[in-house]
Amino acid sequence: MTDTRQNPANNKGGSLLQHSARTRKRNAAERRFRAYGIAAISVGLLMLCVLVTTIVGRGTGAFQQTFVTLEVELLESKLDKSGTRDIDAIKKVTTFGYAPIIRAAVEAKVAELGIDSPLKAKEMAGILSKDAAATLREFVIANPDQIGETVEFRFLASSRVDGYMKGRVSRDSITNDKSISPEQLDLVDALVSAGVVEKTFNLAFITGADASDARPEAAGMGVSMLGSLFMMLVVLALALPIGVAASIYLEEFAPKNWLTDIIEVNISNLAAVPSIVFGILGLAVFINYMHLPMSAPLVGGLVLTLMTLPTVIISTRAALKAVPPSIRDAALGVGASRMQAVFHHVLPLAAPGILTGTIIGLAQALGETAPLLLIGMVGFIASNAPETIADGLLSPNSAMPAQIYEWAKRADPAFYERAWGGIIILLIFLVTMNTVAVILRRRFERRW
Amino acid sequence: MPTLWLVFALIALAALGFVLGRQRALASAGGDVKLLHSLPAYYGHNVALSAIVPAIAVLAIWSLAQPMMIESRVAAMIPAESIAENTTVSLVMSDVRRLAEGLDQAVEAGVLDAAGANALEAQNIDVRGLLGQVGVALGSEVSPEVLAAAQRYRSLTATGSMLKTIVVLLLSLGGFAWAYGRTHKDFRARNVVEQGIMALLILAASLAILTTVGIVFSMLFESLNFFGLHSWSDFFFGSTWAPNFRGDSELSILPLLWGTLYISLIALLVAVPVGLFAAIYLSEYASGTVRSFAKPLLEILAGIPTIVYGLFALLTVGPMLVRIFGQGEDGLLGVEWMSGATSVLTAGLVMGIMLIPFVSSLSDDIINAVPQSMRDGSLGLGATKSETIRQVVLPAALPGIVGAILLAASRAIGETMIVVMGAGAIAKFSLNPLESMTTITTRIVSQLTGDTDFASPETLVAFALGLTLFVLTLGLNVLALYIVRKYREQYD
Repeated sequence: MTDTRQNPANNKGGSLLQHSARTRKRNAAERRFRAYGIAAISVGLLMLCVLVTTIVGRGTGAFQQTFVTLEVELLESKLDKSGTRDIDAIKKVTTFGYAPIIRAAVEAKVAELGIDSPLKAKEMAGILSKDAAATLREFVIANPDQIGETVEFRFLASSRVDGYMKGRVSRDSITNDKSISPEQLDLVDALVSAGVVEKTFNLAFITGADASDARPEAAGMGVSMLGSLFMMLVVLALALPIGVAASIYLEEFAPKNWLTDIIEVNISNLAAVPSIVFGILGLAVFINYMHLPMSAPLVGGLVLTLMTLPTVIISTRAALKAVPPSIRDAALGVGASRMQAVFHHVLPLAAPGILTGTIIGLAQALGETAPLLLIGMVGFIASNAPETIADGLLSPNSAMPAQIYEWAKRADPAFYERAWGGIIILLIFLVTMNTVAVILRRRFERRW
Repeated sequence: MPTLWLVFALIALAALGFVLGRQRALASAGGDVKLLHSLPAYYGHNVALSAIVPAIAVLAIWSLAQPMMIESRVAAMIPAESIAENTTVSLVMSDVRRLAEGLDQAVEAGVLDAAGANALEAQNIDVRGLLGQVGVALGSEVSPEVLAAAQRYRSLTATGSMLKTIVVLLLSLGGFAWAYGRTHKDFRARNVVEQGIMALLILAASLAILTTVGIVFSMLFESLNFFGLHSWSDFFFGSTWAPNFRGDSELSILPLLWGTLYISLIALLVAVPVGLFAAIYLSEYASGTVRSFAKPLLEILAGIPTIVYGLFALLTVGPMLVRIFGQGEDGLLGVEWMSGATSVLTAGLVMGIMLIPFVSSLSDDIINAVPQSMRDGSLGLGATKSETIRQVVLPAALPGIVGAILLAASRAIGETMIVVMGAGAIAKFSLNPLESMTTITTRIVSQLTGDTDFASPETLVAFALGLTLFVLTLGLNVLALYIVRKYREQYD
């Protein structure tokens, strides 16, 4: 070809191997554009990294707790004056009655170790949690025969001491803090080197109940996990059957008319309605109108069901659509009715897809917080684990995300740490559910 | 819980019906399955469904309707003159309900016996003190009218529940007997059962509509109540948001709307460029391995619950911004522009991070839907890849991308947890992104949590806000879906 000859202007710069200024400019633009793309993805991934490291870095502390090991002499003269071991008489001694015993135990321990401290016994006992007396009382009521003996106990340390052990609290940061003094920290240092104060894994954070504002060291996620569990049971029991039934109708039987059109538009719009609107609906319908109990996991479950339904319906329809028509035709061909073709053949083949969609919907519902705020699942201390199923559904409880929000609201670094720790637990659940969904999809996905 | 037992009784009847129906059908054919019109299980299902479905439906409708009927009848009992100046019927009714519940609890706790609760008279006895013993705190002294209404409420509820149980059980038994009686070898059980199942499927599908209707009506009624107590012109056109629980509050949506839109704008300024460029790179440049690795990782961001982002805003991003823009001499810039961790920028940035995967995966789908022939044509004319993208692919994908951005905007407007934790609580018009501002969703949460009184405009305003939010997001979604759908048709 001699085309190049006809356009001599292009060749002015010399050989093709040497780029003209314009080509260089265009190539630079190309490189810049590509760099923007890489930068955008890096920003996204960087944010993910920052988020994950923040959560892990701040939250792992919640799984460890500082404990103080003491030998406590359960004085008969204080706890059971009558000496009859009558449980009702023992119960009359309040936690205030136990405080001197704990004080004495701390003092004895300090004296035994030969630590020289200017503190009074009461201040020494201040390194223990306010929970300590209650723990002791519970133990004594459960084991009245131990009165008069000396028992070794592991008490929770106060949240300030715990913070000191974890590096959250330093001598500088407590200058205006009435809850702890530098002398107490000196005492803690001495006790640490003696092995009396130590930081160990804290199972109570995973299994325990929430605690009041003054005792962040005793707060745990266990009860709110049960609340979430009951809500998820309600969601599963309602959203799965209703969602599957609705999808079967829309995908397999619905005639094309204005009514089904409305239903379809409706479902896709419901999927995008802000979650807080479902909370308003729940408050107005379930609580104000139907007078279901406030803060009950049943109400939470109902609200989350309405929220999850569109997700379940959309994924179920996709799963049904993926089953090739030849399956239906074959079933109809051997004499099955349309209903039999769907329920005996299409539905079982679509089951893995439906299950995947349901698990993803459940994971979404598990992490949802906003509607739960409106139906009152925050603002109180969820301290009682439900005993029966009806109790679990109807008595006030928190849920995992609501509990995290509750802790974040309390504006105390010790509770912040627990909020991050709660997020780790929540994310472990979500990751597990999503992994199961992905594995199910990989394992049972069929290419037709 | 009698309703629960009722449901269990119905389930038991249905199970029994299945067994008996199946047996009767087989017996009528002399044990020869081939003589039956349908498979034996269908006869069982027929009896079971007849026993349970109508009964459950009546139970559900009854449970929904009973409170409403009782409310209206009891409300009619309260004479107009006994309603004090600054209260409404609904406020008195909530007193009645609380008192009735209190009496129930008193009976349960054994302080009163059932007859005693009905015979109480306000003049003779300190009802408030009595209920205080069982832990029911009443706001004010009980007037005779309210006590009488509460007693009537209790008796109506008791009668209603009893009637409900009887009717539902009779219906169930009737359905059972009818279907059982019809069971015969020539009975077309399969057709009947399939019709029944079809009806159930349709019912499930209409539940979506029912939810929407429920949303709209629940908010509409309370909003109307609100506009009865508060002028609508102040709500839509006023300029101050100052709720005051002693009454006389200024409740205007405009400052809240401003905060909402401002935060959403910042979120979109973060999410759209990052999300769009990520989508372009992933769909046009990235190799298969990069794509299969980066796309799911980005989408993790979308799966993280919003409470996590909220905490991230409150405890990480907020303090970080304060360190940069605040703290005077100690700060990174040495300026004192920001005092607290909550601000428009805090919430906007974090929400932007949340929306990145939303924008990127939607745009990715849309860019992939642009036909390859258009790219090939452009590349064949000598355009570079970036020129092709900018001048051919993006214009072709533009309507879809606009739709995606609108969807992201609707998500941002309705987002709650991030703004509740990161945006602050001060309603004002300001352009400074470092100040804290409040949003519609934040105010809904704060007006509806804690002690709420459903007769005061300060609480009811939340429903008007919710309705506005619903209409706003719905409008954006419909518009976005319309644009996306219209665009899709062009290339399919």
